[in-house]
Amino acid sequence: MTRFILRRVVQTLLVLLVMSFVIYSLIGLMPGDPIDIMIAGNPTIAPDVAAALRKLYGLDQPLLLRYWRWLMAALQGDLGYSRTHSQPVLTMLLPALGQTCKLLISSFVISVILSFVLGILAARKPGGLLDGIISLAAFAGISVPVFWLALMMILVFAVGLHWLPASGIATVGDGGFKDQVVHLVMPVATLALATTGGFTRFVRASMIEVLRLDLVRTARAKGAGEGRVILIHAFRNALIPVVTIMALSFGVLFNGALLTETMFAQPGMGKMIYDAILGNDFNLALSGLLFATLVTLLSNLAADLAYGWLDPRIGLQ
Amino acid sequence: MSRLEGAVSPWRLRRRRFLRHRAGVASLGVLGVLVMFALAAIPMQWFGWDPDATDLFARFDPPSAKHWLGTDEAGRDELIRLMVGGQMSLLVGVLATGIGGVVGVLIGLCAGYFGGRVDAVLMRFTDGMIALPLLPLLIVLGAVDLTKLGFSRGFAHSGAAGFWRIVVIIAIVDWTAIARLVRAATIALKERDFVRAARASGAGAGYVMTSHVLPNVATPIIVAFTLTVGRVILFESVLSFLGFGIVPPTPSWGNMLNNAQELVISAPALAIYPGLLIFATVIAVNFLGDGLQHAFDPRSET
Repeated sequence: MTRFILRRVVQTLLVLLVMSFVIYSLIGLMPGDPIDIMIAGNPTIAPDVAAALRKLYGLDQPLLLRYWRWLMAALQGDLGYSRTHSQPVLTMLLPALGQTCKLLISSFVISVILSFVLGILAARKPGGLLDGIISLAAFAGISVPVFWLALMMILVFAVGLHWLPASGIATVGDGGFKDQVVHLVMPVATLALATTGGFTRFVRASMIEVLRLDLVRTARAKGAGEGRVILIHAFRNALIPVVTIMALSFGVLFNGALLTETMFAQPGMGKMIYDAILGNDFNLALSGLLFATLVTLLSNLAADLAYGWLDPRIGLQ
Repeated sequence: MSRLEGAVSPWRLRRRRFLRHRAGVASLGVLGVLVMFALAAIPMQWFGWDPDATDLFARFDPPSAKHWLGTDEAGRDELIRLMVGGQMSLLVGVLATGIGGVVGVLIGLCAGYFGGRVDAVLMRFTDGMIALPLLPLLIVLGAVDLTKLGFSRGFAHSGAAGFWRIVVIIAIVDWTAIARLVRAATIALKERDFVRAARASGAGAGYVMTSHVLPNVATPIIVAFTLTVGRVILFESVLSFLGFGIVPPTPSWGNMLNNAQELVISAPALAIYPGLLIFATVIAVNFLGDGLQHAFDPRSET
């Protein structure tokens, strides 16, 4: 077990290292460089001064050398300064991550609960009317463009009904707990609706599979009530693949968070990365992307470990 | 030997099973209508409908005899733009899936067939790709400056570059599901007697893969391709919406929603149409995939 965990951790670190290089090179391929942006802000900078600046900041060095220097600095906790926010990148990452976690965790919990209920209801009579309706809704959930769903929410609940605020995380001058919750309702609902569809399909498929097994027949034969059969005997066995898939879908959820944050103007990781790329804020974009990759990798690692822990039949080699 | 009475070929059986899947059949119909809707733009353009003709005196016009769905913020006809945009979105969906699918099939086949170190390297690579946050990666790829890659300025800013860029970047990131599927199927097939017999009689790896393995993994691949098309259309719409995909003035369903946040207040209908078409297309594609899966699954009842 310890060897397995160690190996997976080393693998994760290796993937992260490779990704840091790939993202570093890709960011370098975005239009312009920091000195170009300086020139755009102050066109009187002479070409030789610009060249001297490039030399000073090492921008004339080959890619590999620049990457090595960045990596060494990053490993010592120096991720550089954000150009657009004039702050160290590190101090910006944490609050943004906190905001994203609020959104991710609340919509994740809601969609897990919803999908358990809907998936079990649908699996009880596959092909029945209730199953048909739930499956249709689940298909709608995986097929809807998240940004458009957000737009429709804004159209109905903010523009039409004036029930909820369309953007931001708090009203200026208020910012109490209730105010913050009200601002979270639409983003969380959007993300939860979009995620529940896929989850429900997994729960349903897994439950149908398990309900066919002998252990369910045995439980019924022993006289266990229907509720007990489904919730205790079947559901616990159906959980194994479902938990893995839910943990693995964290990356997809992060995509959704990026979009919902952008649509509802919430200052989380997703919006930060998006704005950083648009605003040529190289350091911030690079660190944000790497952070997102790290979080996704860690959740995959957790999914792997949970899989082995939930199902003792799976050898951890 | 006499012909077996009532024997049916596998494909006939599959067609019969597919036709019983009502949602699958209905979605095939819906997709047919959507494709015809998009293609109808070609004859309509011969009769003078122009997706790029602006009329600043007729911005945000309501539906009329001249503009059936009204006009957008530059006074362009919304209907013809939706049709041409549909061509873009559908074409990107099919092309990116095709290219990414070929990459995925090749990687999966090699990993599954050769096994050992080849398999380990290719699958670690695939796992790494799966672990990536796709959307941020697509945005970075969409922001890459093509002139820094050695393309000429003229090409880098042309419409064709915008189109191919999005096809290629989606294909680069979305091949992993197919690769894993093909690998698993190949490993299962590799030890079957007919494949071993072929190898024993001296067939080369390329021959065995193309004539014995590939035809037998065709059905799950078809299903996976279908489901990928839906996902790709969603990716295209998101990227174009964020401004990293199909570049205006060429319309696509995604970039027609570019300034949708303002449109929601000034002209809600314009914010609804393109999204509704994306939604309808993707849901139909997904149901089609479900129907095909049902038809190809030998465990499902006739």
